[in-house]
Amino acid sequence: MTWETVIGLETHVELATRTKIFCSCTTAFGGDPNTHCCPVCTGMPGALPVLNKAVLEYAVKAGLALNCQITRYSKFDRKNYFYPDLPKAYQISQLYLPLCRNGKVPIHTQTGNKTIRIHEIHMEEDAGKLVHDPWIDQTRADYNRCGVPLIEIVTEPDFRTADQVIAYLEKLKETLQYLGVSDCKMQEGSLRCDVNLSVRPMGSTEFGTRTEMKNLSSFKAIARAIHYEAKRQIELLEEGKRVVQETRRWDENKDATFAMRSKENAQDYRYFPEPDIPPIELSEEYLDSLRAAQPELAEEKRARYQTQYGLPAYDCRMITSDRVLAGFFEGLVELGTPAKQAANWIMGEVLGALSVKGMEPKDMRLTPGTLSRLIVLVAEGKLNRNTAVKVFEAVFNDDGDVDQYVKDHGLEQVSDAGLVEEAVARVLAANPQSAADFKGGKEKAFGFLVGQTMRELKGKADPKLVNALLRKALSQEG
Amino acid sequence: MELRALTALELGAAIQKGEVSVAEATQAALDAIGEQDGTLNSFITVTGERALERAERLQKGVKDAASPLYGVPMALKDNICTKGVKTSCASKILGDFKPPYDATVVEKLAAAGAVSLGKLNMDEFAMGSTSETSYYGPTRNPWDLDRAPGGSSGGAAAAVAAGLGWYAIGSDTGGSIRQPAAYCGITGMKPTYGTVSRYGLIAYASSLDQMGPLCRDAADCAAVLDVLQGRDRRDSTSLEGDYGHLLASLTGDMRGMRIGIPSECFADGLDDEVRRSVLAVADVLKRRGAQLVELSFPVMEYVVPTYYIIAAAEASSNLSRFDGVKYGWRAEGYEDLTDLYHRTRTQGFGLEVKRRILLGTFVLSAGYYDAYYKKALQVKAVIKNAFDQAFTCCDMLLTPVSPTTAPRIGESLSDPLNMYLGDIYTVSVNLAGLPGLSMPCGFDSKGLPIGAQLIGPHFGEGRLLNAAHAFQRDTDYHKRTPKGGKRA
Repeated sequence: MTWETVIGLETHVELATRTKIFCSCTTAFGGDPNTHCCPVCTGMPGALPVLNKAVLEYAVKAGLALNCQITRYSKFDRKNYFYPDLPKAYQISQLYLPLCRNGKVPIHTQTGNKTIRIHEIHMEEDAGKLVHDPWIDQTRADYNRCGVPLIEIVTEPDFRTADQVIAYLEKLKETLQYLGVSDCKMQEGSLRCDVNLSVRPMGSTEFGTRTEMKNLSSFKAIARAIHYEAKRQIELLEEGKRVVQETRRWDENKDATFAMRSKENAQDYRYFPEPDIPPIELSEEYLDSLRAAQPELAEEKRARYQTQYGLPAYDCRMITSDRVLAGFFEGLVELGTPAKQAANWIMGEVLGALSVKGMEPKDMRLTPGTLSRLIVLVAEGKLNRNTAVKVFEAVFNDDGDVDQYVKDHGLEQVSDAGLVEEAVARVLAANPQSAADFKGGKEKAFGFLVGQTMRELKGKADPKLVNALLRKALSQEG
Repeated sequence: MELRALTALELGAAIQKGEVSVAEATQAALDAIGEQDGTLNSFITVTGERALERAERLQKGVKDAASPLYGVPMALKDNICTKGVKTSCASKILGDFKPPYDATVVEKLAAAGAVSLGKLNMDEFAMGSTSETSYYGPTRNPWDLDRAPGGSSGGAAAAVAAGLGWYAIGSDTGGSIRQPAAYCGITGMKPTYGTVSRYGLIAYASSLDQMGPLCRDAADCAAVLDVLQGRDRRDSTSLEGDYGHLLASLTGDMRGMRIGIPSECFADGLDDEVRRSVLAVADVLKRRGAQLVELSFPVMEYVVPTYYIIAAAEASSNLSRFDGVKYGWRAEGYEDLTDLYHRTRTQGFGLEVKRRILLGTFVLSAGYYDAYYKKALQVKAVIKNAFDQAFTCCDMLLTPVSPTTAPRIGESLSDPLNMYLGDIYTVSVNLAGLPGLSMPCGFDSKGLPIGAQLIGPHFGEGRLLNAAHAFQRDTDYHKRTPKGGKRA
């Protein structure tokens, strides 16, 4: 029998607001335990939540970008359960009237295009963290993360392969990063994904019994967990056994999933409307203003760069891989840099420097103005490409002054034919053997002589001029 | 001058005139507490030293006093957070909990120059109608020491009635200010939901809780509310609005005011002496120019079950945070996390609190939510409508506060259902978020105070206080003091 895998995703994304969802504590990652806290986010008796308007705005932006219907009258609900990382013993979330519904996300994979339906997006608060110290066998609670705003994005069971899941998550991540609503860093937990998976005989329209997988810390882990779990379920069914509805934990080291809790032990969260927060009513004007302010997303930029600038698809993908990078590109183009040159510098030097320094584009201090000046100097023949790269490295860290640097270090390109002729004469005099080799037909020797001449001119010469004058001298000698 | 005979406003005026110092007033209250509270048990914590220090500091600013209550000693129910001062909700489970912050009302009172004498006894987590469920023992009614002062703000009512302070701040979720005010012969008010910030009030039922004053008369209530009311950005349920100046609006003029008398509130189950005294209020107000309107309020049979479902549901969630992990009291000898929760909550909560947590957990459970909680929310909407309907033909309603006068200590807890039914006249006001005032309107043959309730539409505080003020100009029930008390 052939089997079909059916997958739905629940993705938690931490919103990049400056402050928490119900108080004004910072959302910064890390920090000494229990230093980003106040009576509200630690659920002290008597403290009350006040919704951070930016959270609502970010969540609506995400909903609009994922083609959702925005709920005009939405509410918060309480999800009740006991755990030491949840200081109020309830999480403020949304069950009955979530903020966004019925979204659509088009994805592209090698097997074709597909639209993933979004069931809902709701807002909620994050819980704290429990840190177990094995040396003293004690568990400690750190409430810094309590109240960090989350949106949970729930899809319909529309995925059939791991590739589709990864394509969706990459699209999601790119979209949310472009919107500026989340940094989507899986390693810091700002994007967390639970996978609901079942299998059924190919052609069947009924769903099989599903399991939910947690603790998936990378896209790679998600793909491997999907393959493992689908295989596990198919083997069970083929042996005539049944799949148990349960939550399973992915173990990265063992490359397998393990049962955490079954549905029979499922908690009753006793959801009910949060009485401390009035319902949220959104006006058409408010939604219109957010719609109007939605930025151009990566996919739109890629299409535009191809048609407007004639850039190759590869270049477009590279440049738009990050919102700040794309902005940098647009900045260069605006300053008159030809698009292809701008793209080459970004894909070569800029990405190279970022990768060497382990930086992200948003942390880069280099401005388009500085790089465009450098490109102009090359175009005007005042710097050669190799020297320009050296200047780039020198000004990259602190966005230094290109002209000043070139002047201070005497790097202006030597375009004076007289100077180059003199250098060529000296080199030929010093390397008679190489000159003879060249004339004997060894083309390689020419390269050596070019190199020697460039060295003589401290690398600042215009390589084309060196080439021409060297050839001329060698032919005259003949 | 016999300071304890004065109202809060009279004392405030005397302080302004320099006839009495803040410290003298504070010391007089502390002396009274020392003398009487061993018997009454109206305070859980007395902060005498703090109060005297503050009195000295306040004395220097008498000239710049911003409130007519400047320098007047008062006290707070023990479910209102006070920074660094034990706040127990009269529960074992909060142990020695000292909040790291002040409630908004505490900040406002401090800014108005109040001197806090300490924290007042109450039913545990404000659950109860007699102040007998306190972990710190029952409070006694100064009118008859064998009787309960009512609840849950029983400590507040007993203290003010006995003259152990000039006013108190209580909380009212289903009658917890109005009913003890009635049992103790003082004036108390539950304001419109959302007019007094709940920030710092340890929640019982968040959608019903509201803080308010317990005072010697309506004018004092108005002055205290002028301090407490106003929008607070820390409480999302607090309301924008034109709060005006309640004290200044007390004219005693009742001309043109229509007073509704719902027949269902004077039917069977109501003590005869209470009925007569409450109806007599209507006659007094009529003589001052009010019109009386007989009307029907046909939802009375639903109010108690609706209230207990909603209040218990919210309480079961609000009280979950008391788990022994973060603050307060923790049981010993636990084996693991679940056992820690079980032991702490089993031993830390009293019977009545556990009963309501169980009830609330049940009505929110899968399979029961629709039948109980959801239906209760629907009935709540019906009750609101009934009030809206009533206020189309009158400006305020007159009802009893409680079917009887104060019960004997020990009489109520054995029959919780009957105790819950005693809340019939007060809970609907919380369900509809309306203002309700309780004032003394007579005494029964046992010499116990009887209370009358005035209910108004949203933001109707002014007209209720004015009606009570009018009534108190023509009567002296509010001036009588407990036999054993040392006031007057």
